[in-house]
Amino acid sequence: MSIWEYANPKKFMATTAPLIPWIFGGSMLLIIVGLLWGLFNTPAADQFEHSVKILFVHVPSALMAINGWMMMLVASLIWLIRRHHVSALAARAAAPIGAIMTVIALATGAIWGQPTWGTWWAWEPRLTSFLILFLFYIGYMALWTAIEDNDTAADLTSVLCIVGSVFAVLSRYAAMFWGKGLHQTATFSADRETNIDASFWWPAVISMVGFGLFFVALVLIRTNTHIRLRRADALEARARRAA
Amino acid sequence: MIALLKRDLWLAVRAGGGFGLGLAFFLIVVVLIPFGVGPDASVLEPIAPGILWVAALLACLLSLDRIFALDYEDGSLALLATSPLPLEGAALIKAIAHWLTTGLPLTLAAPLLGVLLHMNSEAYGYLFISLALGTPALSIIGTFGAALTVGLRRGGLLLSLLVLPLYVPTLVFGAEAVRRGAAGMDVTTPFVMLAGITAGAFALLPFASAAALRVNLR
Repeated sequence: MSIWEYANPKKFMATTAPLIPWIFGGSMLLIIVGLLWGLFNTPAADQFEHSVKILFVHVPSALMAINGWMMMLVASLIWLIRRHHVSALAARAAAPIGAIMTVIALATGAIWGQPTWGTWWAWEPRLTSFLILFLFYIGYMALWTAIEDNDTAADLTSVLCIVGSVFAVLSRYAAMFWGKGLHQTATFSADRETNIDASFWWPAVISMVGFGLFFVALVLIRTNTHIRLRRADALEARARRAA
Repeated sequence: MIALLKRDLWLAVRAGGGFGLGLAFFLIVVVLIPFGVGPDASVLEPIAPGILWVAALLACLLSLDRIFALDYEDGSLALLATSPLPLEGAALIKAIAHWLTTGLPLTLAAPLLGVLLHMNSEAYGYLFISLALGTPALSIIGTFGAALTVGLRRGGLLLSLLVLPLYVPTLVFGAEAVRRGAAGMDVTTPFVMLAGITAGAFALLPFASAAALRVNLR
């Protein structure tokens, strides 16, 4: 029994299909609990007042935006090394979800920034690197759609994903360097979760786990869809050959 | 390898287009900026380094799709792939040839264009050094982008979409070095980072470019 058995599309679909409703339901439950708790049962913070509550959407979506690219990186490496098609399709399936998560993080950040910093947008390391991450997602998706041959597309996007990860990290440090001294007040500390009050910690963690499961559920659904699409294409090609 | 470099350089010079075009584009962009933001020296002076860097980057981008497209079309890229020279080496040479025909002229021309933008006189040296250090990275990153999109019929727009995010660190450190130099601050860190990006890109990206080329030639 090895994990590579799930590289077989049939086995993958047979295993994940019954799991999807549970993961999806669980993620919805956690998100609803986390958000209700976060929105209605936490005190207003000193400096932020009630605007702090957007944290329960902002932080999990930002977390999944980064982890989404990491997941694509791992899936791309598996594709390049072991040539499992499901892996390539999973990377493809994750890209739009990661892009949307990035947009959610940017949008909620802007909405949060308006009352607290007095501006929608600042050219500050975190914000800038997220915008660049979004551009990477767009480029990745565009490359997938531009290439007709499936294997070529999977290979090229995998290479792009690996190179992109290096440059995404590099951009982050570049932006940090460049933003220094410009918007000092707008800089977050990376370990914000650890110096957060306990009343915020639990709902935040619950909604983070919820968003994580939500991401997994969506990736599984979309991967299944892509496998079916690939099958439909193969059937069509066979029908055309027979005709 | 030397023969390939010579061939690419001759093609760039003799076949026209590529060599002067990037430089002309650079000039046009720099000339357009004062029309856009107004000819006031107090406005132009602080943004001059950034404008020159962005313009150089765009001029570099313009000629990227020529790196492999012509060779791909007439089949010489397939010949290169079957030659004893590893494809990694070919990608490296292509990037160097691209730099010699676009990056180097841009670097030499940039200080002249700085005059048009009322650039701070202390910044010229820094601009020259930062472009000399940074434009090779632009060429090698661009070669990777060109290798990814070589098989596509209309890859030009996609190429810019893929390559521009990769250009961000180079641009940030390059422009920051000039800005700091113009303000009389310490420039060691951005220069070291810029040189590091160039060296790292030259060491690693030929492998990625060659991998992409192999996929596209399959």
